[in-house]
Amino acid sequence: MADKVVLLDDYVSMFGMRARVALAEKGVEYEYREESLQAGKSPLLLQMNPVHKQVPVLIHNGNPISESLIIVEYIDEVWKDKCPDLLPAHPYQRAHARFWADFVDRKVYDAGRRLSGTKVEEQESGKKDFIAALKLLEGELGDNPYFGGENFGFLDVALIPFYTWFPAFETCGNFSTEEHCPKLISWARRCMERESVSKSLADPKKVYDFVLFLKKKYGGQ
Amino acid sequence: MGSEEEVKVIGSCVSPFAVRTMIAFNIKCVEYKLIEENIFNKSALLLKSNPIYKKIPVLIHGQRPICESLVILQYIDEVWASGPPILPSDPYGRAIARFWAAYIDDKFFAAQYAILKAGGEEGQKAAAVEEATQILVLLEDAFTKCSKGRKFFGGDRIGYVDIALGSFLAWIRVIQKMCGVSLLDECKTPMLFQWAQHFCADAAVQDVLPETDELLEFAQLFVANLGKPTG
Repeated sequence: MADKVVLLDDYVSMFGMRARVALAEKGVEYEYREESLQAGKSPLLLQMNPVHKQVPVLIHNGNPISESLIIVEYIDEVWKDKCPDLLPAHPYQRAHARFWADFVDRKVYDAGRRLSGTKVEEQESGKKDFIAALKLLEGELGDNPYFGGENFGFLDVALIPFYTWFPAFETCGNFSTEEHCPKLISWARRCMERESVSKSLADPKKVYDFVLFLKKKYGGQ
Repeated sequence: MGSEEEVKVIGSCVSPFAVRTMIAFNIKCVEYKLIEENIFNKSALLLKSNPIYKKIPVLIHGQRPICESLVILQYIDEVWASGPPILPSDPYGRAIARFWAAYIDDKFFAAQYAILKAGGEEGQKAAAVEEATQILVLLEDAFTKCSKGRKFFGGDRIGYVDIALGSFLAWIRVIQKMCGVSLLDECKTPMLFQWAQHFCADAAVQDVLPETDELLEFAQLFVANLGKPTG
């Protein structure tokens, strides 16, 4: 029986991009359905993710899976016969990848949100924390081509969507990520050479437009 | 692979997150050495083993530190795979279990913390209790779907979500006593109320959850130190 895979997503969502990259890496065909913030939440989204009412939601043969990192692990487990493995085989390396992916959610996302948000008092600390978090990640990368070592893996999938948000963050915070974290930018460019990544990630210009839209909608400067 | 290497846990029974690790090792019948940590005076070993968050628990397996309780649970399940499973074997079941454990950490922990922080502010406390109650009502519904009539979220045996939520039961009792509120209410969430009794009676849990009075003493100290940096 053929799999029916639907992804409820928002084009600019870095969390949605994670699911797109994972599906592309595994060569899984799916139906993409846009749920943009501007259009409001569809009845299908509210039905499939009643708890958080957020994208992305992967619907596999009618079964909904929510939360982007959980979706990526699900994709890796279901399509495990399709190369590559996103999570490494060794439990310690798996734990390492999960720890740092969670760090991206807790520290990178939160700092990025603050530095590009409308609360002036949070912007400076957001910028400082954002750069500090990226520096820690750059340290973890070391001299490897990818966070997965020789292979593009789970932590690469978790972080690479944020690269499309860097220009927006840099403009808001008036700084250059490349100046602070040159190795990380090299890593990002290397990831962008993969078709699964370049075809899945949003256009940074559209991301920036979205950030401006949010600023206008939610007030502030 | 290494399931015979030395196992140490930096933690304490006062931490629900550390309790998760201990329950998991009990389920797997794996012996570990508990290195008791005082969170008000953090040890050099903790700071070296978890430099990012400086928090317990930390599992040290051989020489390798593993941090974050849910990451640790999955590690234990994978390394000691021959023992009773903690996560389900099917990918969809695993995704659902991970979802609810993440929800518990994201929402329920914050709600309990808000009750403690409210202190004597009755309005704030009532709002925080209402928030926590609504979360438990949602978890009651999740329990019905996950358990399918059996004793635990994991079915006939304690699993990932049971550990994630059950590790908070000692603190739930303490908050109820300390703040004079009802959280796990037999009328509002009868299935969870019964589940809690089964969970606490389980052999893997019995010696790990602290007694209410023992934890109460620590909780009072914890509340007094809220907002102060713990190093």
